[in-house]
Amino acid sequence: MKEKEREKRDIFEQIWKFFASVKLAIFVFIILAVSSIIGTIVEQQAAPEKNIALLAKFFGDEVAPTVYNIFVKLGFMDMYRSWWYTSFLVLFCINLIVCSLERLPKTWQFINRPLKPMPDSALRSLPIKKEYSLKATLNGARDAFVKILNEKRYRFQMVSNDDGSIQLFSQKGKYARLGAYFVHISIIMIFIGAIIGARFGFSGYLNLPEGGSSSFAYKSPTEKIPLGFTIKCNWYNTEYYKDTMTPKEFQSELVIIEDGREVMKKVIEVNDPLVYKGITFYQSSYGVLRGVLDEFTAPRDPNDQRMNTLKPIFSKFPNSYGRFIIKVITPDGQSHTLWLKRGDTFEIPGTGIRGTIVGFSPALDRDRRTGELGTSIYFKDTIVNPAVAIEISAPGRDKFIAWFLRGERVLILPEMDHEIEFVDFRGIEYTGLQVAKDPGVWLIYVACIIMGVALYVTFFISHKKIWINIASAKNSVRVTIGGTSNRNRLGFEREIEGMISKIKDSLEGRT
Amino acid sequence: MSSITFFDLSAGAYIIAMIIYIIYIVVRKNTVGIIATTFTIAGFITQTIAFTIRWINSFNYWVANNPNSGLIESILRGAPLRNLFESLVFFVWCLILFHLIIEFRYKNRSLGALVTPIAALVILFIDVSGTNKELQPLIPALQSNWLLFHVFLAFIGYAAFGISFATAAAYIVMITEKRSEKTYIFWSIIMGFFLIILIAMGIDYLSLSAAQREHLIENYFLKATFRNESQSIALLSWIGSGVIMFLIWRFGLGLKRIFNVLQLTPQILDDITYKSIAVGFPLFTLGGLIMGAIWANSAWGRYWSWDPKETWSLITWFVYALYLHARFVGGWRGRRVAILAVVGFIAVIFTYLGVNLVLSGLHSYGS
Repeated sequence: MKEKEREKRDIFEQIWKFFASVKLAIFVFIILAVSSIIGTIVEQQAAPEKNIALLAKFFGDEVAPTVYNIFVKLGFMDMYRSWWYTSFLVLFCINLIVCSLERLPKTWQFINRPLKPMPDSALRSLPIKKEYSLKATLNGARDAFVKILNEKRYRFQMVSNDDGSIQLFSQKGKYARLGAYFVHISIIMIFIGAIIGARFGFSGYLNLPEGGSSSFAYKSPTEKIPLGFTIKCNWYNTEYYKDTMTPKEFQSELVIIEDGREVMKKVIEVNDPLVYKGITFYQSSYGVLRGVLDEFTAPRDPNDQRMNTLKPIFSKFPNSYGRFIIKVITPDGQSHTLWLKRGDTFEIPGTGIRGTIVGFSPALDRDRRTGELGTSIYFKDTIVNPAVAIEISAPGRDKFIAWFLRGERVLILPEMDHEIEFVDFRGIEYTGLQVAKDPGVWLIYVACIIMGVALYVTFFISHKKIWINIASAKNSVRVTIGGTSNRNRLGFEREIEGMISKIKDSLEGRT
Repeated sequence: MSSITFFDLSAGAYIIAMIIYIIYIVVRKNTVGIIATTFTIAGFITQTIAFTIRWINSFNYWVANNPNSGLIESILRGAPLRNLFESLVFFVWCLILFHLIIEFRYKNRSLGALVTPIAALVILFIDVSGTNKELQPLIPALQSNWLLFHVFLAFIGYAAFGISFATAAAYIVMITEKRSEKTYIFWSIIMGFFLIILIAMGIDYLSLSAAQREHLIENYFLKATFRNESQSIALLSWIGSGVIMFLIWRFGLGLKRIFNVLQLTPQILDDITYKSIAVGFPLFTLGGLIMGAIWANSAWGRYWSWDPKETWSLITWFVYALYLHARFVGGWRGRRVAILAVVGFIAVIFTYLGVNLVLSGLHSYGS
């Protein structure tokens, strides 16, 4: 019985020792660093052809597919989720926990060990040792040291020795020795947070056309995730830096609808998502609904056939019909906003002027020198500088087509004071949203804060111990100082030297 | 004067300082050392001016485009830390700052001979790689405070790692007795590699027209040598590299005499290596990894997605974590930890440049 129990304990002890060994930690660090490289070379979760083409560069066209199959079996194509990489991460965690548990009791004992006075001889064998002679009385010197230690916030003890000398001793920053353990705890918390996120959270996407709404997000085209509420996109907009093609902001106005009521409304941007009930919507992409721009051209020639044969669009999205927002500004400064479909005709009251929406260009620009509207640049899926073509008919004039750039106020006719502004064309773009729920992320954030503080404590706060022996000599006192510091010994030595020079100053000042 | 002019002036000052530091090593006259330090400080001040001007310009650009943006936000969005050029310049600035701090703390001027060459190499890289020096508007993904802290802290960390690399490399030379030692052979290969890449990029640079130079990194990287269409030139490049490696291996130990003259003992070098890593590691963890993850989460809803850049920064982190653990609890000393410090900085360089240059290249011309 006893024999067996001991054997059991031995086995347990051996396993414990194995996991607590520094050698294992070093091995795990190396294996994680080296194996991680593979996944940065082989593109992860990519189409097979891509990686086969990549492998062909190293192994040749004939062997590449075979190598690819071997790599797939080894999990290299989705490496960071493979069983063996996960095992290394688990090993890393176990090693981290066991190592910490193994060492913590010793560190704790060390921290709580009371500081004891030290004989003069032992003091001289410490890493930091200094000797000074001060012109002062024993009590004067003692008071000066007491004052400076208090100033520097050293909590100290004092003893008188048999030979009449006095010793002051103190330690500071002993809990800094726990810093490394807190770094380890924070790493474990990050792993827990990641597991919670993977288990209870999701990551999906949702493409919403302007005006469109949805109560689902998508993990894949076939896999729906119910949101528990409805999200609607009012509009999407790309803003550009002036006179450049560099985007300045991607924005969408999102509305949350619950039980038929609008409960939240926000304009999201990259780096500024909308959060509702733990689900976060990030601005991630955008585009123009498929087929929409194909149906438009920029008709420079009024006789262009296509202008008259514009087909209805958005049949795929019954909720969202493209609307041109046109503002009519009357001479008295009043403005009327009209939401018009393609082909719609509007009349400006009291003038007999009628306008019909006949064309649209996603990217039309003005010639910088002449001020004339230039050729439309055709982008298949981006709207850079939208413009609308309106056919204007006025009494006693020929019909003509005028182009209106977005955001520009234009007089309809030179002799009239009525202005028209093309505000926007809504309902033809969609916003690409990244949808994520991660109930573990708060834990990650807490862990990050702990890690930041613990790293600071570990590397920048040292555990300092100091013993100051003051003995009287002829007409003066002899001060012997010994000290240790687990980090930045040079800094501690400087601190001690600073204390001494301050004391010298104050003693000399007094005499 | 524009910020670029000031930057060019500071680059010139650093290169002159490097040469004077080397002269100082040879002649060991205190006045020469003081001149070298003066040039470094002058360069540092000029670069600070360049940095400030650029910040003001990009602040004005931001305000012009975003009149509704608040003052503090505009100042943060104007920070010139947004592209390869600006971050490399900031790296040089941090490196020189650290160098000056160490020089004054250790009262050892000869360290300049180790650090200024790194600064000079980065400056050379900036010019040779033809990175865009123009002020660029901030694209939406980069409009984040987290990103700013991320870049700022990570680069201070990188600069500290840069110092540790210089001292660890010097340490390896100091403790080498024979050329046949494996550590020394490893050292020769690493030094040779850096030198060869820089020479090859110099050849790229000389072979291109001014317009092409701007796209050196994307389109012409090593095209004049190793990736030359002519097989014989490519072969010649490999042979040339072999010769360079051999020369470094053959004559590298000559540096030892110089370091001896400098009174750079292995102990001092080892101490600075450790201290730089002790400063760099927390900064890199906080700035490089944590802030980066928070930024990714605020921009895309994922704090970690195992993309090559993230993975390589994790690899870097593992290497330095290994250094610290091996040294503190593993009892590793001397050449083994010095090798780790060198490997760590190679990982840093790869994280910053290699991922963009090599890995993206692998994928882009594969498709």
